Amino acid sequence: MNAVFTTVLKRDLILAARRRFDALLPIAFFTIAASLFPLGIGPEPQTLRQIAPGVVWVCALLAAMLSVTQLYASDLNDGSLDQMLLASRSALPVVFAKALGHWLVTGLPLTVMAPLLGVLFDLDRIAILALAASLLIGTPILSLLGGLGAALTLGVRSAGVLLILLVLPLCIPALIFGSGAVVAIDSGISARGHFSLLGALLILTLLLAPPATAAALRIAME
Amino acid sequence: MDARLNSKDENNQSDWRLRARGVACERGERRLFSDFDFTLSAGGIVWLRAANGFGKTSLLRVIAGLAQPTAGSIEWREPRAPLLYLAHANALKDDLTIVESLRYLARLHGLESSDTKLADAIRRFGLQSRRRAPIGTLSQGQRRRVALMRLCLSPPQTTWLLDEPYDALDSEGSVLVSSLLAEHAGRGGCVLFTSHVAPDIAGVPMQSIQLDAQFAARVAA
Repeated sequence: MNAVFTTVLKRDLILAARRRFDALLPIAFFTIAASLFPLGIGPEPQTLRQIAPGVVWVCALLAAMLSVTQLYASDLNDGSLDQMLLASRSALPVVFAKALGHWLVTGLPLTVMAPLLGVLFDLDRIAILALAASLLIGTPILSLLGGLGAALTLGVRSAGVLLILLVLPLCIPALIFGSGAVVAIDSGISARGHFSLLGALLILTLLLAPPATAAALRIAME
Repeated sequence: MDARLNSKDENNQSDWRLRARGVACERGERRLFSDFDFTLSAGGIVWLRAANGFGKTSLLRVIAGLAQPTAGSIEWREPRAPLLYLAHANALKDDLTIVESLRYLARLHGLESSDTKLADAIRRFGLQSRRRAPIGTLSQGQRRRVALMRLCLSPPQTTWLLDEPYDALDSEGSVLVSSLLAEHAGRGGCVLFTSHVAPDIAGVPMQSIQLDAQFAARVAA
């Protein structure tokens, strides 16, 4: 896209690679939280199959939200955010780079881990594919909305909790259609409608969230 | 609060770069300064002075465009010269090495980022032996040096806004910064900086602006 976008994205990926433990925490949380359900609920295959899409999606949602709280905060504190915003007239390249960076470090690994959890919940192969596909479309929505929440709560005390309160309601449609797609496939109905709506949600979020995030960053700078 | 600049040659500054007219700034409910005028011209070095908490950083942020003034305006001469804003915070990441940090900042701002240019800047600040050291292992003064290295990469016509460039530096580092400022002004760039200690910049006339003139008068009385 432009130099600011690629430079910021590359830096974020290098930083994530240097802080591998921090980067892996959301994935570990996702895996552990989702695998606690079979232990707590009991090894009834029918029940597990039923709750699997919802459980995996909710855990992915929480993992994405937990990891997004620091997306802009540390850059604000050490002055890096100032420099990013000064580097280009619009804050959009920074917002897109941050969101893509977050998705590559969190959303993509979540999507890759999901099939393993599908096996744990005894989903069949098509349902597992549907789960991974719904997360592939859905996790970018979570990264974009999470970025918006992180920008809105910059400089606020207990920003993490506030962010989750602000952003979780916005994520509900993605959760409904994402897990709904897997449920539909599992019960033998076409999931085309769910996937179309999920795709539409992604496009809508791509159009609306970044400008709102950019505006929130400008306000946080004042 | 009137903090007007009594510049003797304000009227014949034909080579102005930026003009502030009646700028006022508030922090929360408190008015930091108001009705502040000044002109920054090519080849000029301006030392911005004020007591702690009187809005030096706020003024620099307003000029950089990161904040909006409560009143007044900042006017840039077109075509607008590139801007280099060095904040009080160093904008460095603990996990990157010196070379990586400098290359990142150079690319972000579209400055020249060839290996020789970066190596020159690092050598000038005397950190060549530590160029592969992570920022997290450096002392405060060394971090400030890394942040200042960006000055060596900026093109001559750039406007420098430096917030406490001498902060945390030893005497050798301070001399280096002063010589960089003089060099930059000599090449036709302009500099606005804040500092609590009087800088010793040889060979270049330096203006000084008291942002809290009224406050200073009250203290003197």
